Amino acid sequence: MDTIYALATARGKAGVAVIRISGPNAWEATRLLAGKLPQPRQAGLRMLHLDGEALDEAVVLCFEAGASFTGEQVAELHIHGAVATVTAVLRALSDIDDLRLAEPGEFTRRALENGRLDLSQVEGLSDLIDAETESQRKQALKVLSGAVGKVVEDWRKGLIRAAALLEATIDFADEDVPVDVSPEVTAALTSVRASLKAELDRFSAAERIRDGFEVAIVGRPNAGKSTLLNALAGRDAAITSEVAGTTRDVIEVRMDLSGLSVTLLDTAGLRNTDDVVESIGVDRAIQRAKTADLRIFLLDGEDVPMLSPSEGDIVVRGKADISTQDEFSVSGKTGQGVQELIERLTDILIHRVQGAGLLSRERHRILLLDAFGALESAQGELCSDLDQPELAAEYLRDAARSLESLVGRVDVEHLLDEVFSSFCIGK
Amino acid sequence: MKHFDVIVVGGGHAGTEAAHTSARAGAKTALITLRKDTIGVMSCNPAIGGLGKGHLVREIDAFDGVMGVAADRSGIQFRLLNRRKGPAVQGPRTQSDRKLYRQAIFDLTVAQPNLDVIEAEVEDLIIKNCKASGVILADGSRISSSAVILTTGTFLRGVIHIGDQRSSGGRMGDKASVKLADRLLSLNLPMGRLKTGTPPRLDGKTIDWAQLETQPGDEIPELFSFKHRTPFVKQISCGITHTNEKTHDIIRDNLGQSAMYGGHIDGIGPRYCPSIEDKIVRFSDKTSHQIFLEPEGLDDDTVYPNGISTSLPVDIQDQYVRSIKGLENVSILQPGYAIEYDFIDPRSLTAALELRDMPNLFLAGQINGTTGYEEAAAQGLVAGLNAALMAAGKVSEVFSRSTSYIGVMVDDLINRGVTEPYRMFTSRAEFRLSLRADNADQRLTPRAIQLGLCGEERKRMFEDKCDKLEAGRNILQNATLTPKEAVVHGFRVNQDGQRRSAYSLLSFPDINFDQLSAALPQLAGIEPDVAAQLSKDALYVNYLKRQDRDIEAMKRDEAWRIPENYDYSALSGLSNELTAKLVKAQPATLGHAARIEGVTPAALALILAKLRQEARVKAL
Ligand SMILES: Cc1cc2nc3c(=O)[nH]c(=O)nc-3n(C[C@H](O)[C@H](O)[C@H](O)COP(=O)(O)OP(=O)(O)OC[C@H]3O[C@@H](n4cnc5c(N)ncnc54)[C@H](O)[C@@H]3O)c2cc1C
Repeated sequence: MDTIYALATARGKAGVAVIRISGPNAWEATRLLAGKLPQPRQAGLRMLHLDGEALDEAVVLCFEAGASFTGEQVAELHIHGAVATVTAVLRALSDIDDLRLAEPGEFTRRALENGRLDLSQVEGLSDLIDAETESQRKQALKVLSGAVGKVVEDWRKGLIRAAALLEATIDFADEDVPVDVSPEVTAALTSVRASLKAELDRFSAAERIRDGFEVAIVGRPNAGKSTLLNALAGRDAAITSEVAGTTRDVIEVRMDLSGLSVTLLDTAGLRNTDDVVESIGVDRAIQRAKTADLRIFLLDGEDVPMLSPSEGDIVVRGKADISTQDEFSVSGKTGQGVQELIERLTDILIHRVQGAGLLSRERHRILLLDAFGALESAQGELCSDLDQPELAAEYLRDAARSLESLVGRVDVEHLLDEVFSSFCIGK
Repeated sequence: MKHFDVIVVGGGHAGTEAAHTSARAGAKTALITLRKDTIGVMSCNPAIGGLGKGHLVREIDAFDGVMGVAADRSGIQFRLLNRRKGPAVQGPRTQSDRKLYRQAIFDLTVAQPNLDVIEAEVEDLIIKNCKASGVILADGSRISSSAVILTTGTFLRGVIHIGDQRSSGGRMGDKASVKLADRLLSLNLPMGRLKTGTPPRLDGKTIDWAQLETQPGDEIPELFSFKHRTPFVKQISCGITHTNEKTHDIIRDNLGQSAMYGGHIDGIGPRYCPSIEDKIVRFSDKTSHQIFLEPEGLDDDTVYPNGISTSLPVDIQDQYVRSIKGLENVSILQPGYAIEYDFIDPRSLTAALELRDMPNLFLAGQINGTTGYEEAAAQGLVAGLNAALMAAGKVSEVFSRSTSYIGVMVDDLINRGVTEPYRMFTSRAEFRLSLRADNADQRLTPRAIQLGLCGEERKRMFEDKCDKLEAGRNILQNATLTPKEAVVHGFRVNQDGQRRSAYSLLSFPDINFDQLSAALPQLAGIEPDVAAQLSKDALYVNYLKRQDRDIEAMKRDEAWRIPENYDYSALSGLSNELTAKLVKAQPATLGHAARIEGVTPAALALILAKLRQEARVKAL
């Protein structure tokens, strides 16, 4: 029986999040993160660590098999609800051997199997089934449309081709098929692996949760950027004065927005200038603004030169205290609109880290990682001197299974289609 | 009126295995077939086994069935396919002497207690209270039974095609079954049409063997039955020749006259058994195709040219065959032909191979859309066993995908149906590494013994083998080496200070039993057979851990049976989409339900909850 884990509370911003771990290794896994465990059914405050790195302070609760929600050995980690914290802890769990993320409904299923629930309690699952179907549909649409669709289709083709070649040498050994298919299989797998790797790297949005986001405030000189920064950060971090062009260098302020670590950048005002020092500042401002995750364009009635907003950026009218327009505007001085700006910013950033939702993203990351590992093992088998294509084929099957929710089911009929269209089988 | 527990209609491979299994299970059984002298006839090529198919034969043998025994008695060229690859994908195959095979099946059938053979055509079924309860023969006589198994192969409205000539027939020389087919049609079962073909048979005396390469059998033959060690009759070689451009030109020029390409056939043929016409059209850039010339028997000059099945007119067959090296002067004994026949959509069957809409009527073999002797026999075993269990009022036996290829096949058939004639491949088995031909007895014989299917001899042999394996495994597990000692003996292992047992060392791909036994004298007591088996078991140990967990989960799910015609709409919370899917598929167990696309763990939990609740109510 596997040991499974998942976030048991709703995702998103919340004060406390509960991660539940259930199965024969639940306590052992918790011990790896939390050290000595409290007595069963007694709360204990523990620092969670992985590889020497502190993750969060948590209330740890252990339940014995037979006296838990699922009927199995269970541990619960009550941690801080910030998205970053939850992700870090889930990720730490995914690194522990023999632990895997639970399928939706799996805790309930286990509870049921162990006689811990009755039917009426289980009927609550219907919401889950609907939600799952709906989210699968959305996910599928998302995957199939757009650039990802093409990439995913290539994975599928590559996997089918590689597996079909191997299966042909196994099931049609006494037929007219090539004896050594490993060069072509290796080539196909290498290309799928490279593409998986690239996709995994894109999960760096999630890495951002740990490293934090950069948000640049840009605008013309004297648009009120520094005042806004101060208002956002709640302290005098940038020097503010009425003289245009005061901020010659980039000023950074780190802040916490609903658990996300955000670095605000106050940059030099953008304008064409002959002043050598100032133009260096402007260049630097443009560069930093471009590489930032998001830009807040602060307008003062004219467009910002040299830089234009890209999708997802926030455009806001500054100095609301002295302007009369009723577009979205803020004033660093009076604090008008600042709260609204913070909320907007937070929403955008949370949306970015969640993508399709934190859980499914994390699930996908794990699946990609599993598939990547399986393909690596398959290639290892292909390189060995022994002629055991059934082992490489086994790993390919694992990889296809991991990617199933993305590429669709790859089953034997697809392999056979490929075999029969490539080779003249049949004595 | 005569009464039997079980009536089996058809004496082909499905029928004989079904009749034997039913009789072994203790049911009073009748085998009714068109002609006694065609019991066990091989309609097509004279060979048994192969990849996936060989696995099926071993599994039949593990149940003490007849196919493996007959194949051994008649085998004239044994080859273990994929011998150089891993044991999981090795498949035993033999060419059989056609006559000896038929003889062996006949002898076994006559010797089987509880089993009567009746020569007759079955024309109709006796149906009482919507249940099958016997058969009506061509002479109008009636025989009643508790269960009926139909195994009529390609005989249901069979039509034979040679060029544009068509004639009714179940196979060359046998008449088709028309009345019975009409009766089945009237039951409104979902039916379809498939086709297959066979090559011309050649006169071996007119082949110039001297020009041809030959392929011998294995030096050390591997037999099918766990009871046998060495072949019963003389071993022979096959000839090998090839088609050439001239052959292809002749065929291409006359494609329009082929039954298949002339538009005379609607049925769908197997892609892995294409006719020579197909090969030339679909792979037009290939200038040559290999042909195996397989002698049909030791004292029979008929030769089966494997690789050129056809439905061209006889004179064109003559021409193209003679364009082939070694066959310049050959004469054809029987022309090749294609055959079209009815089959019944196997999705209308339960896992016991019983028709869902006609209780007590079981179907097995080609009638279910499969092809091949082994596939037919394996289904015969399932249907025969379950018909006997039903007649005795016992619960049916479900074969699991996790323990046998038989289970894989039945599950595929009843859940996915067929789009072309279904044949077994090892790639169909997701637990391929554990479902090996070499361990079929270890996997299945214990259950066969429980079910009472094994004779005394088989039981004794099996128990003896298990004792030896157990003893051998103990020796291997108790003999240990430290990493340092291992290196001294030339084994490359991690220098981690861990003692390793000989058994775990055997799982290293580059360490074999003989090397170990040189290092550890206590292994000398293990017999070579036992050592070979243990080495195969050890080889995959590290790969099987994950699989074992999956198997365990599948078994748990399969232990939950879902009653027939289960009311899914009573499960509040199941989406309409899923309800429709489940109603259509009628899964027999929770495990089957799990394999239906779109069925999520949450949905399974819901079904399980309801099943549990009902089980509790029943227990009160
Ligand atoms: C021309 C041809 C080519 C083939 N080619 C291949 C191939 O290349 N590869 C391959 O794997 N398989 C091939 N097969 C299939 C293989 O022969 C069958 O799959 C296998 O024999 C099926 O076994 P069965 O027991 O279902 O039916 P069969 O072996 O066909 O047996 C049917 C039995 O039922 C009896 N019967 C029928 N109707 C009645 C009745 N009304 N009353 C009483 N008895 C009845 C018949 O006498 C016969 O004994 C071919 C078959 C044919 C005919």
